This record gives sequence, C-alpha cells and structure tokens, in this order.
Amino acid sequence: MTFSLFFQSLINGLNQGAIYALIALGYTMVYGIIRMINFAHGDFIMIGAYTMFYTIPLMANAGMPVWLSVLAAIIVCSVVGVVVEVIAYKPVRQAGSMSALITALAMSLFLENLAMVLFGAKPQNVQKIFDLPTINFLGVALPLNVILTILIGVIMMAGLQIFIKKTKIGKAMRSVPQDRDASILVGINVNRVITITFAIGSALAAVAALMYCTKYPRVTNDMGSMMGLKAFIAAVLGGIGIIPGAMLGGILVGLIEIFVKLFAPGWYEAITYAILIVILLVKPSGILGKNVGEKV
Amino acid sequence: MEKKYKISYLINILGVIAVFLLFVLLFETKVFGPSTQYIKGICTTACYTIIMVASLNLVVGFMGEFSLGHAGFVSVGAYTSAIVSSALAGKGLPDFFLFLTALMAGGAMAGITGVMVGIPALRLKGDYLAIVTVAFAEIIRVCFCNFPITGGGKTMSGILKLSDFYWCYWIMAACVAVMYMYVRSRFGRTVKAIREDYIAAAASGINVTYYKVMTFTVAAFFAGVGGGIYAHYMTAMIPTNFNFMYSAELLSEVIIGGTGSLTGSILGAAFLSSLPEMTRQFSKYRMLVYSIILVMVMIFRPGGIFGNWEFSLTRLIKKLTRQEGGKKDSRNEKTKGGV
Amino acid sequence: MKEAAKKPPVLMVQNLGIQFGGLKAVDSFDLEIGESELIGLIGPNGAGKTTVFNLITGVYKPTEGSFYLNGQRMNGKNTYQIVEAGIARTFQNIRLFKKMSVIDNIKAAMNSRLSYGFFHAVFRTPKYWKQEALLTERAKELLKVVHLEGKEELKAGNLPYGEQRRLEIARALATDMKLLLLDEPAAGMNPTETEELLDIINYIRKEFKISVLLIEHDMSLVMKICERIKVLDFGTTIAFGTPKEIANNQRVIEAYLGKEDEEVEEDA
Repeated sequence: MTFSLFFQSLINGLNQGAIYALIALGYTMVYGIIRMINFAHGDFIMIGAYTMFYTIPLMANAGMPVWLSVLAAIIVCSVVGVVVEVIAYKPVRQAGSMSALITALAMSLFLENLAMVLFGAKPQNVQKIFDLPTINFLGVALPLNVILTILIGVIMMAGLQIFIKKTKIGKAMRSVPQDRDASILVGINVNRVITITFAIGSALAAVAALMYCTKYPRVTNDMGSMMGLKAFIAAVLGGIGIIPGAMLGGILVGLIEIFVKLFAPGWYEAITYAILIVILLVKPSGILGKNVGEKV
Repeated sequence: MEKKYKISYLINILGVIAVFLLFVLLFETKVFGPSTQYIKGICTTACYTIIMVASLNLVVGFMGEFSLGHAGFVSVGAYTSAIVSSALAGKGLPDFFLFLTALMAGGAMAGITGVMVGIPALRLKGDYLAIVTVAFAEIIRVCFCNFPITGGGKTMSGILKLSDFYWCYWIMAACVAVMYMYVRSRFGRTVKAIREDYIAAAASGINVTYYKVMTFTVAAFFAGVGGGIYAHYMTAMIPTNFNFMYSAELLSEVIIGGTGSLTGSILGAAFLSSLPEMTRQFSKYRMLVYSIILVMVMIFRPGGIFGNWEFSLTRLIKKLTRQEGGKKDSRNEKTKGGV
Repeated sequence: MKEAAKKPPVLMVQNLGIQFGGLKAVDSFDLEIGESELIGLIGPNGAGKTTVFNLITGVYKPTEGSFYLNGQRMNGKNTYQIVEAGIARTFQNIRLFKKMSVIDNIKAAMNSRLSYGFFHAVFRTPKYWKQEALLTERAKELLKVVHLEGKEELKAGNLPYGEQRRLEIARALATDMKLLLLDEPAAGMNPTETEELLDIINYIRKEFKISVLLIEHDMSLVMKICERIKVLDFGTTIAFGTPKEIANNQRVIEAYLGKEDEEVEEDA
C-alpha cells in the first residue's frame, strides 16, 4: 500500500466513521436513557436528507443561503423524533423491552413506507450544499468537503459532551438511567428528559444526513435502515449508553469498513460484523462499557 | 393421565386431517374459479411462514431471548436444499422424496449453523444477543453473496418447483407437531425455567447453556426446513431476500401472534403472510398498514394477540359437549396456558 | 462405627476467599458440616454471608481456598454441576419460575433425573410416559413435604409469600441434594409461618438425611434450631460455637450492637 492510498483511505474512513459516530450517538443516547434500541433512528437520517432535498431549491430560489436548509432538516428531524416518541414509544414504555423493540421496528417500517408513498421509490439527487475545492496535500488529493464534514462531526461530538457534562439538563440525562425513581424524587421530569433526548438524537441524525449527502448525494426511502444498523453496531461496539463509546465505535467501524474494502471488497460487511461479534464475546458490554453482573 | 393425552392427540390429528380435507374440497371443486392456483400459492406461502415463525417462537417465546437473525438460518436452509435438489434431480428419485431429502438437508445445515452461532452468541443476553444474531445473519448473507455455488450475489434461479401445497401442508403440520411436543416435554420445561430465571435454573441443576443452544438449534433446523420450502416455491432467490428486514418481519409476526403461543404463531403467520396478497390492490399502502397494526398491537396488547394461550381442540369439544362443566374447565385453562 | 469415622464430612470448606477489586468480601472461611447437621451462618448486613453461598454454589469462583462435597473437590465447577453433585440452595430474594405452575417448578429442578432424549419426547414413546409419570408422582410427594399439596396447577408467582418460600425449598429438595443452603428462609414471615417452616426444616433433615447451612436474621429461630453457629463480620469469621457460646461472645455482641458510642446497625 502506498502512502497516498493509505492516507486517502484514512481520510475516507474517518469521514465514514464520523457519519456512523453521529448516528450512533443518537442510538446511544436513547438507549442510555430508556434501554431501548430505537430502530427508527436510521430513518430520521432519511427524513433529514429528504428535507434538504426539498428545501435546498427553495432556499436557492428565495435567494437565501443554502445552509439554512440544514437548519430546516434539524428542526424537522427533531419534531419527527419527538412525535414518534410521544405517539408510539411512550405508551409501550412499561410493557417490557420486547414490546419496545418491536414498536421501534414498526416505526422504522412505517417511516420508510410513508416516505415511499410521499416521495416515491425513485432515488433523488441532493444538490450540494458546500462546493469546496480539492486541495493537494503531500501528493494526496484532499477534498475540503470531506475535511469540513469531519470537522462538523468533531464539533458536534465535543459540543454534546460538554452539554451532557456541564448543563443541568445534561446532568438530568445522566441521572435518569442510573435510577429513574430516584431521579423523579429529586425533582427531575423524566418524561421531559426523554423527550429532549429524542430531540437531540434526531437533530444529530439530521447533521449525519448532511454529512452523508455531502459524500453520497443520493436519497432513497430505505437509505436509513442499513446505515442505521451499522451505526447501531458501532454504538454497541463502543459500549452502548456511553457517549464517547459511540464516537469510538463509529470511527472504528468506518475505518474498518474502508480498509477492509481495499483488500476484500465483497467481504467488508462480513468482516465488520465478525469484529463486532468477537469484541462482544470478549467484552460483552463493548469496548468502553463496564461489565455489570446480576446480583444474586 | 397418559390415556387422556393420547385421546387428545388423536382428536388433534383428526382435526388436522379435517382441515386438510376442507382445503382439498375447496381446491378440487375449483370454488375460487380461475384464482384457485393463486390461492393455493398463498396457502403455500402461509405454510412455510408458519414453520419459520413457530420456530422463531421457540427462541423468542419459550426461551425468552431476542433473535433478529432468523432469516440467516432460513437462507441456509433455502440455499442448501436448492443445491441438494438440483444435484439429485434426474436421478430417478420420486419428487416427494427428492423434496423431503432436500428439506432435511436444508434443515440439517441450518441446524449445524445454529450450533455454530448459538454456542458463542447465547453467552450474551437481551439486546446484545439480538444484535449479535443480526451480525451472524448478515455474515451468512455476505457469504451467499460471495459463494459461486449460490449465485455469487446474483439471482439463483431454476430451482425445481416442488413446493406443492398438499405436501407443504403435511410438512407444516409435522413440523409444528414436533415443535409442540418439544415444548411440552422436559426440554420445553427447562427452557422456560431458564427464561423465567436463569440463575435459579442453574441453581436447580439445569445446564443453562446446553438447553439454550439445543433449543436454538431446533429452531434453526425448522427455519431451514421453512427456507427449503420457500426456495422450492419461489424457484429463484437472491441473498438480499434474507436481509435484516425479513428477520424483523418474522420476529414481528411472532410478537403479534403472541410470544409463547404456537397457536398465535400459526394464526399470526397465516394471516400476516396472506395480508400482503389480500391487499395487493393497495400495495403501496400495505406495509404502512402493517406497521400501524404492529404499533397498535404493541400498545393495546403487549403480549400479542393470543398471549400465551394455546388453542386445544379437545378442550373445545369438551366445552361444546357439556356446557355445565365449562366453568371448571376455564379455571384450569389459565394455568395450562402458561405451562 | 468404623466406617462412619472414615467418612468425609458432607461439606468441607478450607480457607475459602474471594476478592472483588481490592475488597476481600470473604476471607479464609473454614467450615465442616457433618451428615444431618444444621449450622447457622449469621452476621450483620454486608458481612459476606450470601457471598459464601454464592461461592459454594459456583455463582462466584473463589480466588483462594477450596471446598469439598463428600471429599470431592468442587472448585471451579459450574453451578449446575455443583447442584448435580449435591448442593442446592434457596435465595434471599425469592427466585421462583414465576410464570410456571407450582408442579413445573419442581419438575424443572428434577430435569437431571430424566434421561429420555429428543426422539422420545417428540414421538411420546413409552419411555417418555413412564419417566414423566414417575416425575409427577415424586413432585407431588415433595409438595406434600412443604404443605403445598393441591396447589400443583397454580402459577408459582401467584402464591402467597410464605408459600413461595416453601416452594423454593421444595424445588431445592427436588435436585436430590445432600446439602441444603437456606438464605434467610424466614425473612418476612409471621410467627406462625416461621413455626411451620421450622417443622419443615426439621422434618426434611430427618427424612432425607440432609445437612443444612442456614443464613438467618431471626435470632430466636437461629438459636432454637442450629447446632452450631458461625458468625461473620467484614468477611472474616469472628466466632464459631454452640448457640449458647455465641450468645455470650463479646465480639459477636460488639459486631451486632457496635462498641460503645457506635450506632446500632441492624435491620432485616
């Protein structure tokens, strides 16, 4: 492998990884707080992408800056996330993890098929939001788009980390999963915390949609399901419920995918999954997770 | 005790034969006119879906663990049986035996895969197990995409059309009967004990891992048989048919029917597999409707439509013949359903 | 007489210990239990009593020491293997198979006595019927021992608290063990129920010739039925002797009531 190929792949891997990491954050936040795999999370990306697909021409026609459509996507995604939570997830919250899992699967199906009915099954091309040149760095072609994407990802993650650690609501978000009843006793409105978690997670999905569309400007109604699954795996890999774990897992999955693709293009998915299995068997709670045994 | 059960088995066998004769009557007299063949096809679809869903219910309902990778075992069965049947075709074997051999081979291969997946995966529990089963199913799918013998990612076509409804009906009945007997034996009992409390199960001398892997393997075997029927009904398939969404569909049919109820699996699978066909004219909306039904069931009946209730022909006959005894029977039912 | 002298104790524990991180939850625990003997294990909360149970039943693997059942080394075996060898237990917080019927709770624990395989189960061979019939009979006998006859088909989770505790004892008996570990069997019971429990424990000791190791906070019960008592505090043994010796032991009183000026720290 030449240096330039390696470097190119590294950048690609980081780019892919940053996308996964952002999606994984949404999974991990929701899982961390209500112990539920929100399978519909992947589809929030699709919603974000469609929002941009429809609003970019609007913004351009109205003479407004195109990046405003990213804001629109964030708002739409957050609203959809909160609505899904209130309508579908809240009623089944007490019914056990099996019901929650199935409801999430059903919502995923619902959103995908609703999108098909509304927007059609034909793939659509999203216009570019940034049109940045490619620069040459030490003989390696570096598209500035990609650099910007990675930068946005890093900024989002850092911001989220600060939010969770420093703000009041962030602290509430950390306390609810530890002991829900105790959180209620100290005056935390658990339902509100859960709603906010969904809003933030979905907003992150919108940003992920932006990053994805910058790289692959294609929108389909089922674009979220595979990507969501891989991002979820990234979250589990890093240790689900742990925010730095989601970032680490996302970057790892991205890098593994891109590098394995170089050597065995047909097998990269299988190898990614195999690595997940091995890691979970060695460390059942993920790379950064803590093993908690059941008290007897 | 023993005699009572044997009579009940006999009654159930008669019931299965009666239903079969009803189907034969309907199809042979061509009640449905030109669409007879089409409806037969739907019924065949229902047969293999029932086998797949009931087998998944062994894991989800009776063992109490998520498996989101059942389609992986289905695909192993489908591809293996297709390869076996095409290898044996033209060797002078009667069609039915050819079909049966292919299905057994498919089931056996899926069972072996089940052992290989189960031993490592079943050390995990809950959501982690769910995600590892997804991972295994995806690995299986990628393998089929890369093996030349399975079409190398392209459609594998020209599989013999062997899935005749009448055969499939009996194969389905046999498969369900075997699973029912399995669940109502010491194996089902230990597995349910593990579901209730695995620590207490181990403290009662139950080898938790062994029985979990065993049940998982039995489930994988029948998933493979179901896959075999699928392959010989569709006659062409591609690995993406067996993706995550297919696993999710099977799982949701288990849940809608009722976890821990084979009756629920049968009716749920039969209904949901024919639903797409029945609503073909609104095909655009059918998955939309399906997902809404799913959410509704989860909100209003979290245990599934049938919970863990099992239909019993013997009980029904008893109820019909002596109504005054009805009250006593219904009290017994409650515990029987959970057993 | 000579044979009896040679016979190893039912349970022999030597220098058993476990560390969680840096904390020694149990340290150099020694114990010998003879046939039909009843030994009490007491100590303040967090003294490591349940941890001892978890060590002896293979839930935790000891970091030091070893233990023997009838002279057979048990270290490192899995829980189900230890149970098959003859050590069964109940749990502090009842762990029944709640959604299963009472009799199935017992039958599940008798699984290792059944030998019919998959084929016999599926085709309902005579072997299946014979073994299952025998099993039902035995299970009913055990339910009689704990006064639960006639409740076979009820769901275990629907039983009243005291009956659940008794069912757990019956389930432990069903494993055909030689040593029974009871973890606070009288917790939450009223005096009548406790009395009934006492009778059951005495009955099964005589009838099945089993030894019992008992954790209990109810001191009157412990003093009444235990032949010897072992007192744990902070994972170490602070006293071992007859009920009378224990009641007058200064260290035990200190551990329970604290030294002067220390707060009383005792609850169930």
